[in-house]
Amino acid sequence: MPAGPMDGAPAAERAHVTIRGLSKRFGNAVIYDKFDFDIPRGKLISVFGPNGCGKSTLINMIAGLIPINEGEILFDGKRLNEIKFGYVFQNYREALFPWLRAIDNIEYPLKVMKVPSAERQARSEKLIAHLGVKIDLKRYPYEMSGGQQQLVSIMRALIVEPEILFLDEPFSALDYEMTLFMREQLQRVFQETGTTTVLVSHDLEEAVYLADRILLLSRHPALVADFVHFDDARPRTDETLSGAEFIRVKAHCLEVFQREVRKG
Amino acid sequence: MKRLDQLLPIVGVIGLIVVWYVAVWCEVVDPVLLPSPTQTFWALWKGMTGGVLGFDFFMTVRRTIISTLIAAAIALPLGIFLGSSERLYRSVEFVIDFFRSTPASAMFPLFLVLFGVGDKTKISVAAFGAMLVILFNVAYGVMNARKTRLLAAKVMGASRLRVLTDVMLLESLPQTFIGLRNGVSLALVIIVVAEMFIGSTDGLGHRVFEAQQLFEMPDMYAAIFAAGALGYGLNLLFLLVERRFVHWSGK
Ligand SMILES: Nc1ncnc2c1ncn2[C@@H]1O[C@H](COP(=O)(O)OP(=O)(O)O)[C@@H](O)[C@H]1O
Ligand SMILES: [Mg+2]
Repeated sequence: MPAGPMDGAPAAERAHVTIRGLSKRFGNAVIYDKFDFDIPRGKLISVFGPNGCGKSTLINMIAGLIPINEGEILFDGKRLNEIKFGYVFQNYREALFPWLRAIDNIEYPLKVMKVPSAERQARSEKLIAHLGVKIDLKRYPYEMSGGQQQLVSIMRALIVEPEILFLDEPFSALDYEMTLFMREQLQRVFQETGTTTVLVSHDLEEAVYLADRILLLSRHPALVADFVHFDDARPRTDETLSGAEFIRVKAHCLEVFQREVRKG
Repeated sequence: MKRLDQLLPIVGVIGLIVVWYVAVWCEVVDPVLLPSPTQTFWALWKGMTGGVLGFDFFMTVRRTIISTLIAAAIALPLGIFLGSSERLYRSVEFVIDFFRSTPASAMFPLFLVLFGVGDKTKISVAAFGAMLVILFNVAYGVMNARKTRLLAAKVMGASRLRVLTDVMLLESLPQTFIGLRNGVSLALVIIVVAEMFIGSTDGLGHRVFEAQQLFEMPDMYAAIFAAGALGYGLNLLFLLVERRFVHWSGK
């Protein structure tokens, strides 16, 4: 059975984010033109597609980092400013605040929300225990390894107990060993919290390995080239990578990707 | 080996003193014009401990600090304000750059007319020069705040004011300290020049000038070294403060 938009879970899968008639232009370049898409609730969605097709633009528009030209993005029918969400940048070095200790970076969003200090501390302690984080968070970001810094970024995004978490190529600035470790951390976060997660990845293996659904985009103006299910049980391990289902889904995604690249 | 490396800066100092001694010994220069290092350091020691040089040193420090404080008090808030909007800064950039490029000494006659012969003129010209240097650096520090960091604060729901106080201000600190260091150096230069020529009765500039007029060469060299030590010390002071408060600078 080929993976495809109609395949897998029932059409009634509950949408968390609904994107309707989304259009985005940079000057004359049309990146999105009347784009419709539903992001299902409680799933980890990987976004994969050719370089420059608009992956970052998509999550930045959903997270309100850049304005949209037309269309509507709703979260359970609510607007962005009515919900809590987290965003993890690729460039952790520039996203963390170097003047704050790691723990204060993590608690910063609560400070913005005017949560009292004692409660901030209680919540960060809870999060640390929940994720089983053992690194010393009294240090400043520049005293930590890249992976540790990105872990701090992820914790900073999670501290508000977001309804939805966005990550834009969060591991691409890390070395391979650290990337493998961080994939496990992210999987653990997702299993522990069940937060709807949108992960942009430029690594197909990673995109499939971590995802429940893989959103494959075409060159811009970006369209949904395919929306592929990958339902292997969690936690996924090295065995997942050699499993028949993983290999099938990955091959399918690669085929769709190559078809889209050749079109350009 | 590491230990020895720390002593490297002293090599130049010893070299200079040796060359100096040799020059005095060979009488390369008229002995009246070039006293020996011993004579000079003795004059420096006597002047600083109980002599008039110590008082002049203090007066110059006082004027330099006051003018830098005035400069910083104006330039920090103004620089943050101008830097928080790139368009705003661009619209005043030419004026700032123009006056930054104008030699501050050319402003003395104007300030003399405004403030008369006295400390007010010296301090205000120095403050004016230092202010522009600090202003320019603060504004650039704020404008060049990392975009990702501003976005990060924004996605966490920080208001514009919060972004300014929690991110832009701190982001601009390393550059602000560069401005403060350059500003205090410039203030010192202007103060010393003013003390030489603008009806002064004290200050290091006055001491150098008077010693030269009276042909007291050891005193003159001593005052020059005192001025050098002051400039170096002020720079070092700001560096130490920076290292303490802007611990993330350059990391
Ligand atoms: N601020 C911008 N101004 C102009 N063009 C942009 C801007 N941001 C992105 N683009 C263009 O939009 C397209 C999509 O960019 P992006 O979403 O970053 O791609 P990617 O899928 O690699 O993340 C690219 O062609 C890029 O050059
Ligand atoms: Mg991108």
